[in-house]
Amino acid sequence: MTTPPDEPTAPPPQGGASSGPAKPVPRLHLNKTISVLTAVMGALLFLVAPQFLKNYGIYLLTYWLVFIIATMGLNLTIGYAGQKSLGHAAFFGIGAYTVAILMKAGFSFWLGLPAAALICFAVGLVLGFPALRVQAIYLAFATLGFNTAIWLVMRNEEWLTGGTFGINNIARPSLFGLSLDGNLAYYYFVLAVALATSALLWGLLRSPWGKAFTALRDNPIRAESLGIDIRNYTLLSFAIGAAYAGVAGGLFASLVQFIEPAPFAVSASIMMYLMVVVGGAGYFLGPIVGAAVGVVLPEWLRDVPGVANWYLPMFGAAVVLLMVWLPDGLLSIPDRLRAKREAKKASMARAQAAGKWGAKS
Amino acid sequence: MTDFLQLFFSGLATGSIYALAALGFTLLWQASGTINFAQGEFVMLPAFMLLGFMAMGAPLLVSFVLTILLAVLLLGWVFKRGVVDPLLKYGMMPIVVATIGLSIAMRNGVRAGYSAEAHPFPSLFADKIYNMAGVTITLQDMGTFALAMVMVLATQAFLAKTVTGRAMQAVAQNTESASVLGINVPRMIFYTFAINAVLAVAAALLVTPTYLAKFDMGEGLGTKAFFAAIIGGFNNSRGALLGGLIVGVCENLAAAYISPAYKDAVALIIFMVVILFKPQGLLGKKEERKV
Amino acid sequence: MTAPLLKVTDLKKAYGAIQAVDGVSFEVMPGEIFGVIGPNGSGKTTLFNSILGQISPNAGAIELHGKTITGLSPLELSRRGVGRTFQTLQVFGKMTVRDNLIVAAQEHQGSMLGRLFAPPDSGLGAKADALIDQFRIRHVAHSLAGTLSYGQQKLVDIAMAFMAEPDLVLLDEPCAGVNPSLVGGISTLLKNLNRHPKFGKKASFVVIEHNMDFVMDLCHRIMVMVEGRVLAIGTPAEIRGNKAVLDAYLGN
Repeated sequence: MTTPPDEPTAPPPQGGASSGPAKPVPRLHLNKTISVLTAVMGALLFLVAPQFLKNYGIYLLTYWLVFIIATMGLNLTIGYAGQKSLGHAAFFGIGAYTVAILMKAGFSFWLGLPAAALICFAVGLVLGFPALRVQAIYLAFATLGFNTAIWLVMRNEEWLTGGTFGINNIARPSLFGLSLDGNLAYYYFVLAVALATSALLWGLLRSPWGKAFTALRDNPIRAESLGIDIRNYTLLSFAIGAAYAGVAGGLFASLVQFIEPAPFAVSASIMMYLMVVVGGAGYFLGPIVGAAVGVVLPEWLRDVPGVANWYLPMFGAAVVLLMVWLPDGLLSIPDRLRAKREAKKASMARAQAAGKWGAKS
Repeated sequence: MTDFLQLFFSGLATGSIYALAALGFTLLWQASGTINFAQGEFVMLPAFMLLGFMAMGAPLLVSFVLTILLAVLLLGWVFKRGVVDPLLKYGMMPIVVATIGLSIAMRNGVRAGYSAEAHPFPSLFADKIYNMAGVTITLQDMGTFALAMVMVLATQAFLAKTVTGRAMQAVAQNTESASVLGINVPRMIFYTFAINAVLAVAAALLVTPTYLAKFDMGEGLGTKAFFAAIIGGFNNSRGALLGGLIVGVCENLAAAYISPAYKDAVALIIFMVVILFKPQGLLGKKEERKV
Repeated sequence: MTAPLLKVTDLKKAYGAIQAVDGVSFEVMPGEIFGVIGPNGSGKTTLFNSILGQISPNAGAIELHGKTITGLSPLELSRRGVGRTFQTLQVFGKMTVRDNLIVAAQEHQGSMLGRLFAPPDSGLGAKADALIDQFRIRHVAHSLAGTLSYGQQKLVDIAMAFMAEPDLVLLDEPCAGVNPSLVGGISTLLKNLNRHPKFGKKASFVVIEHNMDFVMDLCHRIMVMVEGRVLAIGTPAEIRGNKAVLDAYLGN
């Protein structure tokens, strides 16, 4: 058999607006050393940073870590498994309220946190079922409805959640007698949880499950014809994503020590969605960048002299510009640069070849 | 009974405003696959544009015309060319997030740049009340309903009966075939965005006199319009009208007969029921899963 | 007399008033390459989709290894050893070629939970490499499938269908849109896969194609469909000499 030709012949037309789906931006295959180095450097930075920060800075950093954990879960659901989820904050809230309610009832935080994860896993499974029946945009609406329903329960069921008054005086746990009450101690605890959950997610995505999720995202019909049970993987993508949000919510409850329904409304889900997409959906480190944009950037902007009330419109405008410039998110920058270089090389090669054979008569 | 009728009619008025916003929302989706999370702000901004023009000294009618022109330019042309066109081929995610950013920018931009206060807004209708068979209806409500219905029906007639309108429908149903038929697809899509801008201006004119112009007036309205569009049928323009009216009436009735706290929950509950049992909406058609 | 691998009996499928498939019956023997040809609209694709569980037929039976498979989902069919290629390219664009092949077979071994703890390639690395070499796409094995040329993606598509060692492979226009210089190569490749499989037993193929030379050269037997019905089934020589077939084609 001769070597396959390099020239593409007419590809089949695909439906959709304008020029059809964009060609995938090839992912950089960073060699292992660079990846490991980046991870280690990142971890070191997180370990050392608090030494240079005041109390509020440490608190903000902890806040950021909590949202990294939450958005990691959402990144699995929408980034790796290609589902639509505009209700992630509901799980965040369920996790927070689970821990708060259990602790108020006298149970330990160490029971509350796993309980939050398990409950959210189960509820996430349930939310996955509509995903099996409805497509894309309608799924997004369904998750939105789900979030609003949960938020309404949080707001109205005072006997359980304290209603709009919320639950306050949520304690921070102690670990083996060591109190995690101080901001610094709690920060390191949350960091440990973040590292552990990231490692677990990394392992999951590296395993065959990771490929199955990608197949589900990119071509569910083909995936099915290859024996991939898209039903199970769809449900799991919601359940695991929800569990991560639940853990984050539990950590959130003890961090802010007072919870009420507002941070778990649809607007919060929309912000989380924004974080994942801006960071880069389907990129492992996307949530770190995305959560920074969503949590740290507005705070930083607010402190810039002269900005005052304009920090929010600036943030909004920044998001719009970012999306127009980098639709695949911030972490797609290396891939884009590489794609540009390859395209340049390819077109130079074509020009050379054309020059060699001379102009066609 | 008269109470019920009163609530019903004023609910129709509110609902018809939702219908305007929902219609534009649906048209954008059908024509270009754009989910505009900033639709509520698209109604809010023209309200402030009008106030701004009037503050600069222009008379009401002139300000109104200028507002329409500016809205079509910004919310139609700039929005389409600047935000939607570059992002269309990347699927739903970037456009959704871009419009989220847009809504944040618009809402808070007005707050920071104009005012955080609520401003009175000129009404198109005089402050008259009519009494028909014991039912009290304001001129505002009647006029709102009539005007909104005229706009919705005019839009639908335009789409169904004119050459341009049918071309726009063709683009919405099948962009490939439409362009093969020689239809200028980008221009048709632009007309959709322009119509959305005009509908948003109309909604602004009708809703702001009652609720006053405030930077955050778009939030609730946008959400309701969103729900209304889905309840009625997201891939069907008539659905937007039906959805809007249903939400408007049910809200009003619920607020009076159940409790005001449940007013906002009504749209949500209807929405959830529809999503669970007929996700394509009351008038919508089922969309096939494509390979 | 060996039992047929695939047996289709009196299959019928209507779309409204149009009878797309109107009582089609045929058998495919183990290891046989069976071609399906016919003018556009003759019902070939509907037949295919019925066998593959994409649509449910109105009447008739489909049996694999003597067991009824009518109405089973694509997922279940894949588990029973049925593979397929698609007419429009269906590779996973954001995965490497090698990963495409691995994912094509990973769900056929072990359990769901087991896969969570299995190595990334599920032990299928060697198999994938063998197929990559057989298809001569080693030089793009680690490229993202979406960046390949159309012809290369077609090869990956075909390779994916074979990873899970299917007993029956349905190929939907494997030469569509492919550069003519590559068609001969695909034919040779398919013959090798059929007669000298690297793993698994010899699979049967059912091939829809419009390229006459390709079909005549590749297939053991050919079925001609016209307007939803079977016009003739026979060897390439028999079909070539069949007057009714010639009429049907010239008549169109």
